[in-house]
Amino acid sequence: MTDPLVKGSIRRRLLLSLLAGAAILAIVVYFVVQSVARQVAQESQDNILTASAQSILESARSFGGQINVDLPYSALSMLDSVSDERAFYSIHLEDEFLSGYPDLPAAPGALAGSPAFRSTEFLGEDVRIASVRRSVSTDMGRRFLQVSVAQTLSGQKLTLARFSRTAMGIGAGFFLLSMLLAAIVARSTIRPLHRLTASVSRRGPNDLRPVAAPVPSEMVPLVSSLNTFMNRLQKSLTRSEDFIAEAAHRVRTPLAIVRTKAEIIQRQADDPEIKVALGEMIHAVDDSSRTAGQLLDHAMVTFRLDNLSSEDINLAQLTHDVVERARPMSELKEIDLDTTILDDTTLHGDPILMQNALHNLLDNALKYAPPGASVDVAVTRTPDGARICIRDTGPGFPTGELPSLPDRFIRGDNAKGIVGSGLGLTIVKEVVEAHGGRMETGNNPGGGACVTLHFPSA
Amino acid sequence: MRFLLIEDNAQLADVVVDRLSLDGHVVDHAADLQTAWDFTATSDYDLILLDIMLPDGDGRTFLANHRAKRGRTPVIVLTARSEVSDRVGILDLGADDYMVKPIDFSELEARCRAVLRRRGGEARNILTLGDLGFDSQSGTLNVAGRNVQLRTRELRLFEVLANAPGQVFSKSALVDRLFSFDEDVSENAIEVYVGRLRRHLRDTTVKITTVRGLGYKLETE
Repeated sequence: MTDPLVKGSIRRRLLLSLLAGAAILAIVVYFVVQSVARQVAQESQDNILTASAQSILESARSFGGQINVDLPYSALSMLDSVSDERAFYSIHLEDEFLSGYPDLPAAPGALAGSPAFRSTEFLGEDVRIASVRRSVSTDMGRRFLQVSVAQTLSGQKLTLARFSRTAMGIGAGFFLLSMLLAAIVARSTIRPLHRLTASVSRRGPNDLRPVAAPVPSEMVPLVSSLNTFMNRLQKSLTRSEDFIAEAAHRVRTPLAIVRTKAEIIQRQADDPEIKVALGEMIHAVDDSSRTAGQLLDHAMVTFRLDNLSSEDINLAQLTHDVVERARPMSELKEIDLDTTILDDTTLHGDPILMQNALHNLLDNALKYAPPGASVDVAVTRTPDGARICIRDTGPGFPTGELPSLPDRFIRGDNAKGIVGSGLGLTIVKEVVEAHGGRMETGNNPGGGACVTLHFPSA
Repeated sequence: MRFLLIEDNAQLADVVVDRLSLDGHVVDHAADLQTAWDFTATSDYDLILLDIMLPDGDGRTFLANHRAKRGRTPVIVLTARSEVSDRVGILDLGADDYMVKPIDFSELEARCRAVLRRRGGEARNILTLGDLGFDSQSGTLNVAGRNVQLRTRELRLFEVLANAPGQVFSKSALVDRLFSFDEDVSENAIEVYVGRLRRHLRDTTVKITTVRGLGYKLETE
């Protein structure tokens, strides 16, 4: 199986977009708070400046065409009493300078009853200027009297800086809170995905039931595709299983007819030559049916190995069952079949494959051992697992061919005249290796074949 | 023995019936499950031979129902499918044994015997010949109150001879009955088994006599 190509992570992407959003919001909050603070500060300053300018303006009196301004004390004291601000003023009658700082610029656009403001630089300091005007009657007719009052901004700047710090704190706090929320949201968004993954990966290899656990609506298309896919896989697995079974059926039924018919004719025939010929025919039928059987078994074994199920196998019980099934054959051939089962041993694996492997070995032993021989099956526990040992007192494996025997379709030299396909040991070897074990073939010191299967402990 | 063969392939069923009849068995043939139920309802069988793929259902259904109805007749499943795929369920559903087609009849006989022996205890069929008791199910001879366990081929040989006392069986006929086809045996092998049986029968009134040039027969004094 190849590992999937990884591109990005939903969780990380979700987290990053949430955090980016939170950061933008935090910055916006910072600026909004700051600008509101600035506006509020400016409005209150403007109000004070207007009040101050207005009181100066109110104190202007016209005496016989002369303008007389009696500067009220409170008008300027209310300005410089606040921290260390400095205050300036100027009074103009139209373009004619009357009093105060002659260079103080006026805020343009002031009308009677409607003050004007401007921010500018005066004597090297940032100031806010409010200008008010009203008409007075002079000897030159009605003219506009304009009062401008200015105040430095250092105090306001300090206040604004404090506000900025607070705004920054609010923004940062907002961002931290969002981070926490983003992490929680990302986690809870991903959770159904994790749950689905867990429920799929927890399954055994043969569990192809559809996913039934409830999933969020966004995942429904994915889960339905997954279910469709599993359904298709299940169908295709069943189809190949059915195909193998059907193929076996098609091959074996006619062979069974031919074989049985030949046996009947042989029984009824008197001519010894015909009897021999029919015997050879039956032999050939057995040979081909056995080969077909083992080919199909091999296909089945390969198929199951790809989907190896993992159940607890009681090795002693399994061996006992296989041996008991082979007992009628051993009795028929007058071979002593003994079992030595020393320990209860449990393995993990596919019991059907294990039975098949053991059956193949036992079948071989019974086939090659001559009548009167004995076959012994021993199950023992080893320090690192379990061992099944099958030995017989037959002719044994031809020594030169031992290494190549488990290869497909390789049969020993001694196999002449005995029905077989050469797939038996291949199946055994594949099954044993799929269970993490290994097979050893050899001959007993006293003669006869010996096959040992080693299995790691469960 | 009385068999019920449940098999849908008519050709195969015909030859199996013929082949089992050759060994002196009585066989009823049911081509589908319905017929099989009718047969089992009306007759007693020693053994049921059951195919798995049947036109009106799965042989496993029969097996499950048979067990549910507490049918006591042992069932041997004859499967044509892969051994690996079919053993799943067959034995769990209560089959006594199974065989993969094509059937080797000497193996079938050995398996039937093993099944009946395992099921033993019910309705023992004891054959009495002279002063000898013979239990074909357990394969024992009772000689003067002493049980002698016969080995498979001795048992088979004794059965063949004892089922027709006085009838002469040629060596080649006996080879046919005793050995399977993948065994390369000469007719002289029969002499070995006749010798063994004669030793078991030494103290009884039952004798196996040689008919020169023809074969052997079983007689009681």
